[in-house]
Amino acid sequence: MNLSALPALLLRDLRLAVRHGGESLMPLFFLFAVLILVPLGVGPGPNLLASIAPGMIWVAALLASLLALENLFRPDFEDGSLEQWWLGHLPVTGLVMTRLFSHWLITGLPVILFAPLAAQMLYLPGEALGVLILSLLIGTPILSLVGGLAAALTLGTNRGSVLLSILVFPLVVPVLIFATGAVSAAADGFSPRAHLGLLTALLVLALTLVPLAVTAALRLNIE
Amino acid sequence: MSMLLQARAVSFRRQGDRIFTPLDVDLVAGQAIVVLGPNGCGKTTLLRLLAGILEPAEGQVQRHAATAFLGHASALKGELNCRENLEFLRRFHGCPGISSSRALARTGLTGLGLRPARALSAGQKRRLGLAGLLVAPRPIWLLDEPYASLDDAGGQLVDELLNEHLDNGGSVALSTHQRKPLLTRAARELQVQRAEQEEPA
Repeated sequence: MNLSALPALLLRDLRLAVRHGGESLMPLFFLFAVLILVPLGVGPGPNLLASIAPGMIWVAALLASLLALENLFRPDFEDGSLEQWWLGHLPVTGLVMTRLFSHWLITGLPVILFAPLAAQMLYLPGEALGVLILSLLIGTPILSLVGGLAAALTLGTNRGSVLLSILVFPLVVPVLIFATGAVSAAADGFSPRAHLGLLTALLVLALTLVPLAVTAALRLNIE
Repeated sequence: MSMLLQARAVSFRRQGDRIFTPLDVDLVAGQAIVVLGPNGCGKTTLLRLLAGILEPAEGQVQRHAATAFLGHASALKGELNCRENLEFLRRFHGCPGISSSRALARTGLTGLGLRPARALSAGQKRRLGLAGLLVAPRPIWLLDEPYASLDDAGGQLVDELLNEHLDNGGSVALSTHQRKPLLTRAARELQVQRAEQEEPA
């Protein structure tokens, strides 16, 4: 097993993301489009915005993650790079995890970095900001993992983005519930620990099972 | 004589139907196998089985060395330039060979190192694929139609690379129907036969 393949793949994925430029900035653009448009739609009252802020930021993060899923494995599948993973001297599950990690770096991390600004724009109470960032840190990797599974399963279908969204949504509902629950609890002055604990349990579950499932799903689609 | 790859009675099924009659394949260091057969008889499938990309439905494949597979799809990234593509392969397969610039020169792509791979012609892409075999040398080469879209000089280049690879103790299985490889050593020929479709019981 050649572990130097993992940093090599990560570096190339990030280089390709930089080459694609605008396309890679879409998740962030999406986040701000939602954050600017919703107050225009529901009215700019601080109380109303503060109460919907956790949900808003989380829905934006979820849709941002979904945007880049279609191209998670498809270009590699079409140009033949993906089948090269199975030549025997490469750690396939490690490569899958590396690819999911680069998806998180491109879609999850920017949302986390700009969350403080988004929280300010929506009048989220200051004491809930830390919990918001913590919930994003635990929750966005789950979005990448679950999304990756759906992307791998729909690889063989012709442009399966509709099917992909249908597969992803029910699976990420618990993430959304516990994450926004944690932030709302903190904003109301309660302890967010129970919600964050359940969210972490989901992350552990996804981290252990998803890479194996993705590897199996990709293998099926290559044949 | 060391055995690099051993396949026993391998076959593959699609929708339950066998694609070709089960085959034995032995790849020995310094030996080449030319896979022959009409279109659609399963040459590509056989090479993909040997590479490990497909699991055989019957029989088994044992590989004792790192494998390189060069198929119809180039496995190159169009957005990256030739040199970046080669540098990636060099690190990805973890067995660095000659430098990217030397590999480009060897395959007749001198001066194209900074050109994006999508701007290459079909023949130049094949040459870049061959350069990938040189920057990450692996003992077993499985080449699916290596002569496709190459000019005469390109065909000669493939022959030269094959001879060098065999002299260095490597082994090759390649499918072709454009031209037979001109090798300094005798190559064995392997005929792939389409399987008779079994009547549903």
